[in-house]
Amino acid sequence: MSDAALPTGFAVARVAASLRDAAVAAGLAAVLAFFFLALRTDIATGGLTITTRWFLFGTAVMLVFFGRLLLNLFFFKRGTGAERAVVAGAAVLAAGIWSAIGAAGFGAGLRSMLIGMVAAAIVVAILALVSHWRGGGAQAAGDKALKAAGMPRISILTSWLGKALFAFAVILPFFFAYFFPKQDRQYIDLAILIMTYIMLGWGLNIVVGLAGLLDLGYVAFYAVGAYSFALLAQNFGFGFWLALPLAGILAGCWGLVLGFPVLRLRGDYLAIVTLAFGEIIRVVLLNWYDFTNGPDGISGIPKPTLFGLEFKRGEGGFADFFGIAYDPIQRFIFLYYIIFCLALLTNFVTMRLRKLPVGRAWEALREDEIACRSLGINTTNTKLTAFAIGAMFGGFAGSFFATRQGFISPESFSFLESAIILAIVVLGGLGSQIGVVISSVVMIGGIELLRNIGFLKQVFGPEFEPTQYRMLIFGLAMVLIMVWKPRGLISTREPTAVLKERKRIGADMVAQGEGH
Amino acid sequence: MEYFVQQLVNGLTLGSIYGLIAIGYTMVYGIIGMINFAHGDIFMIGSFIALATFLGLMAIGITALPLVLIIVLIVAMLFTSAWGWTVERLAYRPLRGSFRLAPLITAIGMSIVLQNFVQVTQGARVKPLPPQIQGGVTLMDGFTENGPIVVQLSYMQMIIIGTTLALMIGFSLLISRTSLGRAQRACEQDRRMAALLGVNVDRTISLTFVMGAALAAVAGFMFLLLYGVIDFYIGFLAGVKAFTAAVLGGIGSLPGAMLGGLLIGLIEVMWSGYFTVEYKDVAAFSILAIVLIFMPSGLLGKPEVEKV
Repeated sequence: MSDAALPTGFAVARVAASLRDAAVAAGLAAVLAFFFLALRTDIATGGLTITTRWFLFGTAVMLVFFGRLLLNLFFFKRGTGAERAVVAGAAVLAAGIWSAIGAAGFGAGLRSMLIGMVAAAIVVAILALVSHWRGGGAQAAGDKALKAAGMPRISILTSWLGKALFAFAVILPFFFAYFFPKQDRQYIDLAILIMTYIMLGWGLNIVVGLAGLLDLGYVAFYAVGAYSFALLAQNFGFGFWLALPLAGILAGCWGLVLGFPVLRLRGDYLAIVTLAFGEIIRVVLLNWYDFTNGPDGISGIPKPTLFGLEFKRGEGGFADFFGIAYDPIQRFIFLYYIIFCLALLTNFVTMRLRKLPVGRAWEALREDEIACRSLGINTTNTKLTAFAIGAMFGGFAGSFFATRQGFISPESFSFLESAIILAIVVLGGLGSQIGVVISSVVMIGGIELLRNIGFLKQVFGPEFEPTQYRMLIFGLAMVLIMVWKPRGLISTREPTAVLKERKRIGADMVAQGEGH
Repeated sequence: MEYFVQQLVNGLTLGSIYGLIAIGYTMVYGIIGMINFAHGDIFMIGSFIALATFLGLMAIGITALPLVLIIVLIVAMLFTSAWGWTVERLAYRPLRGSFRLAPLITAIGMSIVLQNFVQVTQGARVKPLPPQIQGGVTLMDGFTENGPIVVQLSYMQMIIIGTTLALMIGFSLLISRTSLGRAQRACEQDRRMAALLGVNVDRTISLTFVMGAALAAVAGFMFLLLYGVIDFYIGFLAGVKAFTAAVLGGIGSLPGAMLGGLLIGLIEVMWSGYFTVEYKDVAAFSILAIVLIFMPSGLLGKPEVEKV
């Protein structure tokens, strides 16, 4: 189909093909979901019991059926307007009837029928909008031209977005303290968490995004940083500011030590070995009881001070020194600014390094390792610097984590944490700094905020807990992004070094760059 | 001596399970050159399906143990194969020809998805199943300074080792004698050439995933019977160890995977028996790192030439 206009009429064969396809998908979903949604095993007195959940199972199968059908008509096969309308109507009706069946009692049935129909209608409307907006996805040539024209716009947009986000981040604690005085502590705490992930993401981005080395054990360096500070404070009474650089250097040294043997390996082997090292460090932390206090962790880690001023009530504290009223929020604001500065430092160093020969070598290495070797770049040293610098920032973030929590245990440094950080980097687009910020805010902050939306609780029941689904969403997003846009949402790779004109490598060129 | 023999038996049992999982890794690596990171979670899926089937059969009144075991095995293999097929279709097939790390990243994503899907739908708590097959034969009677010691080969261990052996033989025949096996070996050697000669490459790759998943399901069921406790996270450790086994045996080689599995099982059990239980995972991880760094082609593998 070369023209953008929708075909008209109602072709039974096309709809039948879509229906068959959707039925196959639904059948497969039924097979997959049967043992997990329809059946559930639970511990009860006298062993395990098995319960059935047919409604949930049916919902899932129906969702797949109608979802696939609608996607077929709106995107894959492009049905006509009449076909779309009929199928969309059927889907909305089915959603309504099904929700009515699920609810008990007549009054509740009507209400949930309405909710179901409205939800389905919203989904259909979104699909129609996206389909319309993409021009039906048929104009291949026009699409390309649009993309080419849109590229500089994306760059301008992200640069403005970056500035706006930076400005907001500077005033953030006061913004929340002023506008949400009741919940400011909660929000600033969340901001600190997001900032920590941004910093970790930026640190990992050096290794994965710039140098193209997939590091699955990044959390090991985070752990080294945290434990260095905790142990230095516990055994030698070091304060945060003295321990921070030491923790970073120690983590960097660990990066060198671990990196040296593994960096000769190829991409996927390297990933697995870093995973193994990450787990080894965690297991050692868990079992070396005399040194790390094992699974009980280390508590009583000192809080950071502002040039010797502690954030405490009474004589000699921060509030007392400046003659203002004591408020526990002051410590949170201070912590926020520490991690903000650390994150900025990470970003600044990364951006500067990209302009140095070593940074250019990283990017060249990511694009083509063999070409690099032929050009006389010492690949081992280049990889090692990326690994060590990334590790160092991980160490900084780790010691900040230790001082923020006041308590650390090996549990905080599992593979899951590495996976979260990696997911943030991947979702943002490998090598994109602003992408890391956006994906951290969306994935960490967005899901945390879902908790506070009362509407979802009404739909899914009072015990609905969105954070439970966080990792599920993370994983799905990772797969979808990789399949759909392998270079991430902000999918431009802009080499820092350019000859005459800037050329961008879009996601559609990925197959050419064998970035190991 | 008796203690050693007992540990040997235990190690071989555990090694059989690792070997069955390792075959899935090694076949996929052989044919498309990627580490199927989600394979460990397919194993976990298999053990959950086996558990649910087992309980379901009990609930509807089928209690004759041999019959139950066979039904559970077949159901788990079939349904887990569907999972293996779907994972390949959704997460790996669209990425053929993409840059090298892309399928590895989706594999990690898929692993997270599977784990959390099971956690959300089945709960995070462990599922204990009381031992179903009891008794065994005594191989040796002996005395040590600590008292009498008996070396026992339980029926369960016999079943596990026997099933593994039977599957291995059947599987080797499948690869060496049937047209499907021939297509697989052809794809392994040169995918493009195989396609030109009329082999349906996509179908062959899908079937590879299906077979790997079916074997992982068997391993999952054995694991459930042997340990009697499963949760949504068992796939991670078992997967890493099985991958270690595949690498140790030489990735891409089927006998290598089995040999590697047995070795890893033995090392893990001996390590726990003679050194410290706490560090048994460290032992497996260290072997993985050491083998990959110093001996990347493993015991039975062919050295890999990187094509430019």
